[in-house]
Amino acid sequence: MPDNKQNSLQVASPEKEAATFEPRIVAFFCTWCTYLAADLAGTSRFKYAPNVRVVRVMCSGRVDPQFVLDAFAHGADGVLIGGCHPGDCHYQEGNYKALRRYRLLSRMLQSLGIEEQRFRLEWISASEADHLRSAVNDMVENVRALGPLHLQPSEEMFPEEVAV
Amino acid sequence: MAEKPKVAFYWCASCGGCEEAVVDLAEALLDVVAAVDIVFWPVALDFKRKDVEALPDSAVLATFINGAIRNTEEEEMAHLLRRKSKLLLAFGSCSQLGGIPGLANLFDRESILQGVYKESPSTVNEEGTFPRLHWSENGRTVDLPGFYETVRTLDQVVDVDYYIPGCPPAPRIIQAALQTLLSGELPPKGTVLAPDHALCEECVRRNTKPENLSITQFKRPHEVFIDEEKCLLAQGLLCMGPATLAGCDAPCIQGNMPCTGCCGPTSRVRDQGARILSSLATLVDSKDETEIDNILDTIPDPVGTFYRYSLPSSFLRRKKMESPKVTAISR
Repeated sequence: MPDNKQNSLQVASPEKEAATFEPRIVAFFCTWCTYLAADLAGTSRFKYAPNVRVVRVMCSGRVDPQFVLDAFAHGADGVLIGGCHPGDCHYQEGNYKALRRYRLLSRMLQSLGIEEQRFRLEWISASEADHLRSAVNDMVENVRALGPLHLQPSEEMFPEEVAV
Repeated sequence: MAEKPKVAFYWCASCGGCEEAVVDLAEALLDVVAAVDIVFWPVALDFKRKDVEALPDSAVLATFINGAIRNTEEEEMAHLLRRKSKLLLAFGSCSQLGGIPGLANLFDRESILQGVYKESPSTVNEEGTFPRLHWSENGRTVDLPGFYETVRTLDQVVDVDYYIPGCPPAPRIIQAALQTLLSGELPPKGTVLAPDHALCEECVRRNTKPENLSITQFKRPHEVFIDEEKCLLAQGLLCMGPATLAGCDAPCIQGNMPCTGCCGPTSRVRDQGARILSSLATLVDSKDETEIDNILDTIPDPVGTFYRYSLPSSFLRRKKMESPKVTAISR
């Protein structure tokens, strides 16, 4: 029998964890609008929550639902997708595709026990740095209130009491 | 006469359909039996676990395991057979992807046991009897396998060499896989032994699939008269063909029913449910949020539909547990 795996599972007490919890948000931003808004927020020296890890994509329509699930599976507490306003897509239809996928994926995530506020789609144009700031801050606060996701049905859940 | 290669079959959390699929090889099964020596096959032959334990390690050329892993006995047998075999193959959807039993990952152990032993309408259990790991009576003790919180695929438990997809695998796929193994020219480890393209590519109805497909309402098979010639997606039926591996000869499509996705994804896809979700959502014929929602309302159970066979092998693997805890096997 290997070393006692259960020791590695001893996480901080819920109270302690709640006090130190910083949400990890993975954000997929369209290169033509939301990413430029983030750029503008930076050059304008706007302050907003530092909890967002931004991944630049060519279009919100490029965000495969697998990316979102992968982020959650690897420890993200929330996922934010930012795209161009309806009608403004650089590729004509990409953001509508993102919208349709988002509506369906959001349903599916809720059936799998992931709260609605953890997954969000925002239309933010290149000039809307302020909107970006408020969307990010708002999401971080919502996720902070929900607490850590704690998703993994980790290997530790299968105690190795099976000796062969 | 040279010794024939040894082969073993085993079943875990499955329905028995995979065993049927082997028998469905019909006359071809005789050729298999002539070419190999079956050393273990609980459904058909009277070998016991101790016979397997008595074999030297790696003595078996290939072991075919069907069924997902959801209790301690299955896990033990998977480890034992892995040790005794040169090649271990996951046979069928349950063992490859989690399969139908994998949908139990939408619940936890306690609610499953409550449902089965207490709450279901056909259950009469006035004394509140639940399965126990150990039970002693009149000086004798009996043991039962422990039941896990989460269903796993075979490769989440032991190293797996190849996969034979399908629920159950089609005779054509099984035969091709056996020939590959006996030929000695083995494909790279981890290969799914089936053609690596989507079912749509070899679908008999593919020419009726419109260039620009759009859907205003998803329909379930009992709600419509299904045209026997036309692409099922074009009729609004939720067909998993675009995200599912080919090679099954499409018996469902030929039976005028949509594909449910049992053969799993192609090698380029990690999460089958996410891919079909992506593909179908895009086809929704609206740009308005409310209208999109109304159309999506016609998919009553997205998880059960898109992950019908693959929930345990998906990114998320299961519904989030309310309070993650170390599984105490005993009740």
